[in-house]
Amino acid sequence: MNPIKTVVAGAFGAALLALPVTLPAAADETAPANLANACAGCHGTDGISPGPTPSINEISEEDMIALLTAFKNDEAAVTMMNRIAKGYTDAEISAIAAYFASMM
Amino acid sequence: MTQKSTRRDVLKLAGAATAATVAPTIATAQAAGGVVVIGAGFGGATAARYLRRAGVSVTLVEQNSSFSTCPFSNAVLGGINTFSSITHGFGGLRREGVNVVRGRVSTVDPDAKSITLDGGDTIAYDRLIMSPGIDFKWDAIEGYDEAAAELMPHAWKAGPQTNILRRQLEAMPDGGVVAIAPPGNPFRCPPGPYERASLIAHYLKAEKPRSKVLILDAKDSFSKQGLFQAGWAELYGDLIEWVPFSEGGNVARVDPATNTIFTDFDEHKVDVANIIPPQRSNRLVDTAGLADGGDWCPINQTTFESTIHANIHVLGDASIAGRMPKSGFSANSQAKVCAAAVAALLAGTDPASPSFINTCYSLVAPDYGISVAAIYRIIDDGTIAPVAGAGGVSPSDAPASTRALEAEYARGWYASITSDMFG
Repeated sequence: MNPIKTVVAGAFGAALLALPVTLPAAADETAPANLANACAGCHGTDGISPGPTPSINEISEEDMIALLTAFKNDEAAVTMMNRIAKGYTDAEISAIAAYFASMM
Repeated sequence: MTQKSTRRDVLKLAGAATAATVAPTIATAQAAGGVVVIGAGFGGATAARYLRRAGVSVTLVEQNSSFSTCPFSNAVLGGINTFSSITHGFGGLRREGVNVVRGRVSTVDPDAKSITLDGGDTIAYDRLIMSPGIDFKWDAIEGYDEAAAELMPHAWKAGPQTNILRRQLEAMPDGGVVAIAPPGNPFRCPPGPYERASLIAHYLKAEKPRSKVLILDAKDSFSKQGLFQAGWAELYGDLIEWVPFSEGGNVARVDPATNTIFTDFDEHKVDVANIIPPQRSNRLVDTAGLADGGDWCPINQTTFESTIHANIHVLGDASIAGRMPKSGFSANSQAKVCAAAVAALLAGTDPASPSFINTCYSLVAPDYGISVAAIYRIIDDGTIAPVAGAGGVSPSDAPASTRALEAEYARGWYASITSDMFG
């Protein structure tokens, strides 16, 4: 059902297990909603995608942090998210993950 | 999945209830905290929808009964998509409680804090969000005016112009020449003319293989140039010819009666002439002097509030948004930041610090996608700038499987962003 979950479980699972999980840092000045709403341009409102782009609304906070960190560090073979994830600090990645998790 | 559906249903019910109580009066916009949004495109529809989600009363004024997107209009020209597939109604917005008013805005009055529609109705606002898009500089290319555009379509606003150009391509005999003349920067959708050349070439290669696409460019370089040119060489051979400014590409004059294009050095009598003229913000902004005598509207790039008039926000193509390109994705991203800022200002709180994305997919062929992306923040001088070290274009050495995946994600992007705009 959710391609991102398959990705987590499959190709990159081993790599992700080895990643240190970044703990949420002090609140960044950029509001979490401003960070997360931009994702909807490709992934749909609230991360619910109506088309072939993966939905991101049902990913746990830990998985989301691990995924975005792997994308940021070029540790996952993706077409776009490696370029996107590099635009965010670890604290912002945590804020985005917490934002989507809070809506589950 | 269950949670998601439940929440969506609740939202729908809430939206329906709100719509029933507020619709369809124009007076709603005059209630305390009322926001009026002009234009139901990528910027305006998104702003209206996200303001409703924040609980703000919104009236959205749009001159047409539906909105046709420029993104994927090149696929219509290439015969891949239908025109109806790029046309969206406003039922979703209405169900979520947006008061959609059909009308053409004739003037904006910053002192009275109201707008006037053709026919004389006025709508008052507490805050106004304008996302009116572009107009053309009809005087910039000699001979190219609104009448000429019926014969030499720009097709740079999706609508009847798109269909004129498609019909001309269909009627053209094999062996014909299609000229595309992109303008200098800045203009709406910088990679758009080159995606258009690609998808027209895709159509011609299959249906009229002795034909040619001639790009007469007012520039010496363009967006995603390396990727486009590599894709053209791979897929279309010499079917597409690009003439840059420095080699005589700049179009100085046209003669619509003979379908002739005069460049600085040469003249080209062609079968189909797609002239994309230089652009400026929609002239509606001039009724309030919002472009300050220039082409585009200066704004506070954190809140999108005009630097000329308080309580009026301008976003999307019409605005000066730092280094963000004029694109549908940019307008969608800006609209969400602007909606949050307007909601905060109405509540008397400080707007949050923004973050933006622009991701732009182009199709070189239906199964061959390329992209460029950037993340944007406010820098010290208050302008929007890309985050260093992030973003960039698709790799030049990617395999066909990556190009196919990016084409699929281009379609995914379209499905997502149009649902983000219209519900």
